[in-house]
Amino acid sequence: MSLSWMAWTWPTATFFIVIALLLISMGVWEYFSPGGHPRVGILRFETTRGDRLFVSLLGSAFIHLAWLGLVGPNLWWALALSIVYAIGVFRLV
Amino acid sequence: MNKTLNNKAWFMVLPVLVLVAFSAVIPLMTVVNYSVQDTFGSNVFFWAGTEWFQEILASDRFWAAMGRNLVFSAIILAIEVPLGIFIALNMPRKGWGVPVCLVLMALPLLIPFNVVGTIWQVFGRIDIGLLGHTLAELGVNYNYVNNPVHAWVTIILMDVWHWTSLVVLLCYAGLVSIPDAYYQAAKIDGASRWAVFRYIQLPKMHRVLLIAILLRFMDSFMIYTEPFVLTGGGPGNTTTFLSIDLVKLAIGEFNLGEAAAMSIIYFLIILVMSWVFYTVMTNYGTERR
Amino acid sequence: MAVKNQTATTADRVAAGTSENASGSAKSQEELGQLMLKRGTQSRFWWLVPTIYIVFLMLPIYWLINMSFKTNGEILSTFSLWPQEPTLRNYMVIFTDPSWYSGYINSIIYVVLNTVISVSAALPAAYAFSRYRFLGDKHLFFWLLTNRMAPPAVFALPFFQLYSAFNLIDTHIAVAIAHCLFNVPLAVWILEGFMSGVPKEIDETAYIDGYSFPRFFVKIFMPLIASGIGVAAFFCFMFSWVELLLARTLTTTAAKPIAATMTRTVSASGLDWGVLAAAGVLTIIPGALVIYFVRNYIAKGFALGRV
Repeated sequence: MSLSWMAWTWPTATFFIVIALLLISMGVWEYFSPGGHPRVGILRFETTRGDRLFVSLLGSAFIHLAWLGLVGPNLWWALALSIVYAIGVFRLV
Repeated sequence: MNKTLNNKAWFMVLPVLVLVAFSAVIPLMTVVNYSVQDTFGSNVFFWAGTEWFQEILASDRFWAAMGRNLVFSAIILAIEVPLGIFIALNMPRKGWGVPVCLVLMALPLLIPFNVVGTIWQVFGRIDIGLLGHTLAELGVNYNYVNNPVHAWVTIILMDVWHWTSLVVLLCYAGLVSIPDAYYQAAKIDGASRWAVFRYIQLPKMHRVLLIAILLRFMDSFMIYTEPFVLTGGGPGNTTTFLSIDLVKLAIGEFNLGEAAAMSIIYFLIILVMSWVFYTVMTNYGTERR
Repeated sequence: MAVKNQTATTADRVAAGTSENASGSAKSQEELGQLMLKRGTQSRFWWLVPTIYIVFLMLPIYWLINMSFKTNGEILSTFSLWPQEPTLRNYMVIFTDPSWYSGYINSIIYVVLNTVISVSAALPAAYAFSRYRFLGDKHLFFWLLTNRMAPPAVFALPFFQLYSAFNLIDTHIAVAIAHCLFNVPLAVWILEGFMSGVPKEIDETAYIDGYSFPRFFVKIFMPLIASGIGVAAFFCFMFSWVELLLARTLTTTAAKPIAATMTRTVSASGLDWGVLAAAGVLTIIPGALVIYFVRNYIAKGFALGRV
């Protein structure tokens, strides 16, 4: 059984490792302070840490896509914007 | 129900996790890998970066297919949901009529998708189909193969035929769970038919209705087999939905990178919409309790 | 239950439809009295709407059955509402040609395999979701559901690669496992709903009585949610039976489903309308049988146990 058909590249591997690390650290955080710190933010319903991470990641994906479609292929600015957005989500939502 | 905290429950979820992860996570990772590369087959890949994404986002073909998908889902929901509620309200609640209605109405749901396509393909033909022949006799120049409008009408009619029963059965399940006492109370209050619907039946159906809308939206947004069999995406590209375009790209043109990039955009859009629906659904549930 | 808003218009009432269970009683008011009269006549025609709808559903199916009993010559030359020279030739073709009838056997094998795998994997998971809180439970549940929502077209290509790597192409188990992608989440969702309806005290009493967990689960708990298991199995059967895209991608000959056999034959041998219709009719029959057996649970099951 070979895995060559999966066509791994370093950038995509890094991407998935980062996601996996995020999930693991969320798990550890949850383990040491259970409950997920629920609160009602600007979206007017209760969210936990996990929800906020999900909203950040999904939003970042769309920020990157919008940047590609509207501005250009230099995604570092989109990444910076996504991080700002993620911080906003964790503070406000 | 107040649940106890027990992290050992993870072991009970493990089989499901392994089973679904095998079929979901590995393919999803592969799609992401493909989306940044180009290939000419035999597992030789070249780095392409974000090229495919840019190409997809700038392509009229993609946005046209996306537009068709959205219009289709909107039309489907606008027809099937009210029609489904209306039929569910008129279904018998007891007696011999109940099993007859349920069995006959559920029948289209269990027909394989491509057979549904075949049934309507035959049914709509002018020479041998009942619908096509009748319309031709009535003087309608009906032709779903060449006329885009007719193709759309036929696909929508087919989908209404295929899936309205799902909405009906869901709403019916919500309706039969209303205790008779509610109706008696309404009778004593002298409530009108509309008031009964608005204040007794609709709230009870709210949850199942959300499930119905969620399922119908998802399934109509990823429709593939039925229109593919019926029209093959034509005439021209007028009934080419995202899934059809995707399969054309991936298998027909073996354009893996572009197909993968398209898959990811498609999946992200579905993910956002599912999340919105799901959040609305679960939060509605907690507010009520 | 507050019942307000008694001044709705007639149009609203008509739009809302009628039902026998609900009726007003404000006899003194002339307008309402008239409405009741109207409703009385309407309720005698309660069967009208379901009948029209069922006729609409049955017409295309009838047409297929009609065609399956005609010869090709008759289908193409004359237009008739029922077969003029009824023939069983089309069915004979299917039942005597292994490439046709093996399609049915293949479909049934992988559908049954999938139903068994999905339900047995979903049972403990649904129990965990309905009884316990654990790390990331809500997100896990949502992640499972997203797989129900992912279009099969997205996965078709990597699926082929993945199952080739495991040497599973063209086996029944490959299709059964692939269909778990959308059937397991659905089964978990349905079973979780049914299990949440069983009071927790039953679990606790059983443990006090000295039942071990597996024994309690099989002897006490599973009979309590038997209808839920039936409904979940029904849904798994249904979605596995009707799905074609993945089934066709993962099979070539040995495990080819009947639905795929149909598409191939249509394109290859010209258009044998009679055989095509007969094959279509035969794909409807297993579904019809399954519905008949679970008819009493359908309404409940469509509510996914959570009304």
